[in-house]
Amino acid sequence: MTQQIILYPLLLQMLLAIILMFFWRKINAQRIISMFGSLVHLAVSITVFAYIWNNGTQTVQAGSWEAPFGITFIADTFSATMVLLTSIAGLAVSIFSSGSVIGDRLRFGYFPIFHFLLLGLTGAFLTGDIFNLYVWFEIIIISSFVLITIGGEKAQLEGAVKYFTLNFLASMIFLTAIAVLYGLTGSLNMADLANKVAAVENRALVEITAILFLIGFGIKSAIFPLYFWLPASYHTPPSAVSAIFGGLLTKVGVYALIRVFTLIFVDDVFLDQILLVLAIFTLFSGALGALVQNNIRKVFSYLIICHIGYMIIGLGMFTEVAIAGAIFYLVHDIVVKTNLFMISGLIYRIKGSNSMRALGGFYANYPKLSLLMFIPLFSLVGIPPLSGFWPKISLITASFESGSYWSLAAIIFASFITLVVIAKLWAEVFWKEAQEIPVRPKFRYFHAIKNIKRVQIIVPIVFLSLVSLYVGFGAEHIQTLSARIASELMDNQQYIDAVLNTQTPE
Amino acid sequence: MEILLAIIIGVLYAAGIYMILRRSLVKLIIGIILLGNGANLLIFLLGRITEGAPPIIPEDSKVFLEAYADPVPQALILTAIVISFGLQSFAIILVKRAHKVVKTDDLDEMNATDEDS
Repeated sequence: MTQQIILYPLLLQMLLAIILMFFWRKINAQRIISMFGSLVHLAVSITVFAYIWNNGTQTVQAGSWEAPFGITFIADTFSATMVLLTSIAGLAVSIFSSGSVIGDRLRFGYFPIFHFLLLGLTGAFLTGDIFNLYVWFEIIIISSFVLITIGGEKAQLEGAVKYFTLNFLASMIFLTAIAVLYGLTGSLNMADLANKVAAVENRALVEITAILFLIGFGIKSAIFPLYFWLPASYHTPPSAVSAIFGGLLTKVGVYALIRVFTLIFVDDVFLDQILLVLAIFTLFSGALGALVQNNIRKVFSYLIICHIGYMIIGLGMFTEVAIAGAIFYLVHDIVVKTNLFMISGLIYRIKGSNSMRALGGFYANYPKLSLLMFIPLFSLVGIPPLSGFWPKISLITASFESGSYWSLAAIIFASFITLVVIAKLWAEVFWKEAQEIPVRPKFRYFHAIKNIKRVQIIVPIVFLSLVSLYVGFGAEHIQTLSARIASELMDNQQYIDAVLNTQTPE
Repeated sequence: MEILLAIIIGVLYAAGIYMILRRSLVKLIIGIILLGNGANLLIFLLGRITEGAPPIIPEDSKVFLEAYADPVPQALILTAIVISFGLQSFAIILVKRAHKVVKTDDLDEMNATDEDS
């Protein structure tokens, strides 16, 4: 019975979203329920994580239909970690939304949809069934479509058209891949698929299916050359929305890639080569794109693309050290990217602009805030001992050992360009003298809003910065965690046994 | 029958992708719909077509005695149809709003988000 604990984060989010719908027009009630609920969700996720950490992989068969027939929910260390990170980012963004998103947007069901998005993310991390994964992906994208269009500004709608089209295309390709896989094996359970795909004789068709999965997830996780929707849309919605998108939406694509390519399509040199090449190009193109942008949020959008490359390169090298590095990077990246978009929101609230040319004088006018922003910005670069540094050691070691010097060069190059980009941003926004920005008459500036709102904007940034610092200074814990995840992922027999040999709990 | 369905699916996919690549917003929606239907038919086809054999075990027996139609793809298609229906209706509303606000249905002119700001 205790195994059911892995479903609690899922059920809690669903309950929250439904309760919130009953408070449709009462946005203050929604704010409180959302923040409180996210806090409870964090507590539940920590409990689940501790349970998995102590007791190993747990599975639940929906409706007690035994494994290859019913829908399986499975929480191994990887899933539990992702759920925990979702709840951390969810809590931060929930508080941040209460403070920063204007009431006119909140009145159109912002919070219920936000929790449906978190529900979809939690579900995608916990499911062990490939079609169920598709359904969770759809819940995620439908919620994200609503969030990206709420408010209906011109730029938002234009961004949404692009975002919608490519994500829909990705879903269709994913669905096609599932159809072909079902035609080949007659199964949808991921553990069962792992066994059956290995036995399929028509390897060419298996490879094509793998490529279809790669394209479907690749569009969602914005890898080269499928990322063009991301910089066209991520800077258009309110920064609270960009924060949750930037932190988690592309990462769920990466999660799916790692899951599928370590469980179902393993031992395929050709695919690993493709992943490596794509990762190298992702690193280069994201870094160079970030270099030429002027809007802070666009800079961060390109940096998302660039840093997706680190995770894919780890997957492409496919050694235990490399995967551990990729997982560590994933943990670091979710926290930092969410924080960065919230910071861009804070800068926007203070100055009314996100253009690097127009901004300036932050360090002179807001020294404490600047120091706070220093933490995530330079964690991203990976100045030791901040959090971005440690995973790169694993990745560089792994690429050196496996002799893929191109990846080594790409990792170092992308790191270097990230440093240049952040240094440029720091010089422009923080050190440059304050510029004259025309005052926008109807805009609610930071100094004009209520104290409670200001607290709600600052607290999540402090919270995530502290988490970042923990990831940096407590790197040993995270390293142990990612090493354990990597060893679980490399030995997929463990996952298969956990799903197929469980006795259904009485 | 399989050959016929395979050809139809190919045509639907090709037409869908062609329409998505067009510049008009309305054609984009048509493309999305065609592609969705193509994917659904593909699941149907890959679940193997068996004629006149419903997946019902006869009363006096405990297992299937003959070939039967696989019910799983049908459940999958049902789910996929509902989802793509939702997405398509959202797309139509989105395109209508976008057309109203941006005042064009030409995707090439929708480039405000790429401009330097």
